[in-house]
Amino acid sequence: MTTISVKESSSAPGRTPAPRKKIHVSGRTAGRAAILIVATFLTLGPVVWTILTSMRSPTESLGAGGSIFSGGLDFSSYTDVFKQVNMWLLIWNSALVTGIIAVGQMFTAALAGYVFARIDFRGRGVLFSIVLATMMVPMQVTIVPVFMLIRGMGLSDTLLALILPAIPTAFGTFLMRQFFVGLPGELAEAAAIDGASPLRTFRSVYLPLAWPGLAIVGILAFNFHWNEFFRPLIMTISEENFTMPLGLVSLQGNMGTGSVSTVLAGVVLSMIPALVVFLFGQRYLREGLTAGVNK
Amino acid sequence: MSTTTKSSQIPTTPAGSRGSRRKDLAQQRSGKEKGAKGLAALFLAPTIIGIAIFTLIPIVASLTLAFFRWDIISAPEFVGVDNFVAIGADPTVRTAFLNTMGFVVVAVSLQLTVSIGLAVLIQSKMPNWLRTFFRSAFFFPLVLSASSVSIIMSYLFNQNFGLVNKVIGMIGIPAVPWLTSQVGAMIVIILVYVWQNFGFTFLLIIGGLSSIPTEMYEASSIDGATGWKQFKNITLPLLSPTLLVASVMAIISALQIFDQPYVITRGGPGDSTRTAVMVIYETAFKQLDFGRAFAIGIVLTLLIMLVTAIQFRLSRRFVHYN
Repeated sequence: MTTISVKESSSAPGRTPAPRKKIHVSGRTAGRAAILIVATFLTLGPVVWTILTSMRSPTESLGAGGSIFSGGLDFSSYTDVFKQVNMWLLIWNSALVTGIIAVGQMFTAALAGYVFARIDFRGRGVLFSIVLATMMVPMQVTIVPVFMLIRGMGLSDTLLALILPAIPTAFGTFLMRQFFVGLPGELAEAAAIDGASPLRTFRSVYLPLAWPGLAIVGILAFNFHWNEFFRPLIMTISEENFTMPLGLVSLQGNMGTGSVSTVLAGVVLSMIPALVVFLFGQRYLREGLTAGVNK
Repeated sequence: MSTTTKSSQIPTTPAGSRGSRRKDLAQQRSGKEKGAKGLAALFLAPTIIGIAIFTLIPIVASLTLAFFRWDIISAPEFVGVDNFVAIGADPTVRTAFLNTMGFVVVAVSLQLTVSIGLAVLIQSKMPNWLRTFFRSAFFFPLVLSASSVSIIMSYLFNQNFGLVNKVIGMIGIPAVPWLTSQVGAMIVIILVYVWQNFGFTFLLIIGGLSSIPTEMYEASSIDGATGWKQFKNITLPLLSPTLLVASVMAIISALQIFDQPYVITRGGPGDSTRTAVMVIYETAFKQLDFGRAFAIGIVLTLLIMLVTAIQFRLSRRFVHYN
């Protein structure tokens, strides 16, 4: 029933006059539905498993990794994870680093994006091309010299080592430029006739209109840096400067397979902001991620 | 500067005759121009200085220090192309690059296939809320952290108590040593990576599909084309620009894989899941051979640029599709 009928599928809803054909179509529909359901199950399954397993007692979770709802809910893993690692500190570090980076990116990208969109000066095109070109260089290549720079500044193994290099954003600047280009230029002319200074024009006319763009930059930055593992791994050494992803991986390393639910409780806690972003900011996230493509 | 202040005050004073007002406006505009230049410099400074310090200087440093031997403690010593020769001869580095390229080929193909399949399926007739649900579900793993996902998956694929072996045990397949066998570990890394990242490709393809005019399908179904034929003759060719972009983006990000193998296997067993970025990390921070780490980084960057260059070439051929 499945493979062949699915291959025949297309987005065009075929008109189906004859009853014989109708049976054929419903088989096809069932096949499509089955695939989509299985795909959804495979996609969400691991997340559901994680949440369920985190709600088992730490001792029980090892052997019973798979069977669901044998023991009823137990939240001792959540208290346990706070005993095993300094969870509050991890949460605080992650929130601080991510928050400052997100706000910093929104701020700097709005300023630079505005200039690239609205203020003409010699060399603007070249400068913007350079900014764009830096997006092509993988972070893994620049990270080692950045580490050395940070070390030279005396900032190694501090949260600033994570924050400072992440604030200037080529991608955010690009996004904000696109956004400001999309706003009508007549606004600036009208503001100028009213006697507004360039700064005032930006602050009172364009910036308030740029919130959707800023939201995209902020949400993308938040999501990316909240989840980030590679940079904290390199930039921080002592546990008091760990962010959540790093703390959880080291917790998993320390615990081995000893207490699966404790580690997963930490994982679930770390997922909460991502979940919030997903529920309330999904549209911005989608727009931001595809912004470079559909320009 | 003084012109700016003066001219910006003008409109607040009562306007004089028509002629003088025009003169004022002209004066004001040139003042604004100057003010705007100052503003531009001020506004650009954080981003430009930041990118210069944290991206441009590091690029130059990488390109230079790749020709030096440097352990960060003693002074760098010029060694010419020794680092590049050494990484070419280093079996670990070679294996890591081969692993990475093999990974990219399989993972990206899988990612594209899954995404195209699901994107086409989701276009079928269904209530809008259901379509939104599926779309959100497939997108969801993207917002999670790769390291968290890797922790979860390393439990799920555990040979002894993992859910995956339990499930396949139910249909009589003996426990697979996923993480302790070379092939198994690579398969897990690929699956975990694709699981988390196909949502992005999926998103791009949905966008591409929605730009195909429905009349095309209507016209072709009048001509008697259905299903697979329509997919092959309409969907795929019209989707090809999107597919090109999607695959290039997928390749570039897959080439930089690190989190999954680092968390799940630490590159093992043996070197079987060691990747290019992992050897950059290890060479720099474990062996403190920074020059060699830069050399590996440059090779990886060249690979990425090669992919981008191929995209530009290919996209010229696809230009007529919009």
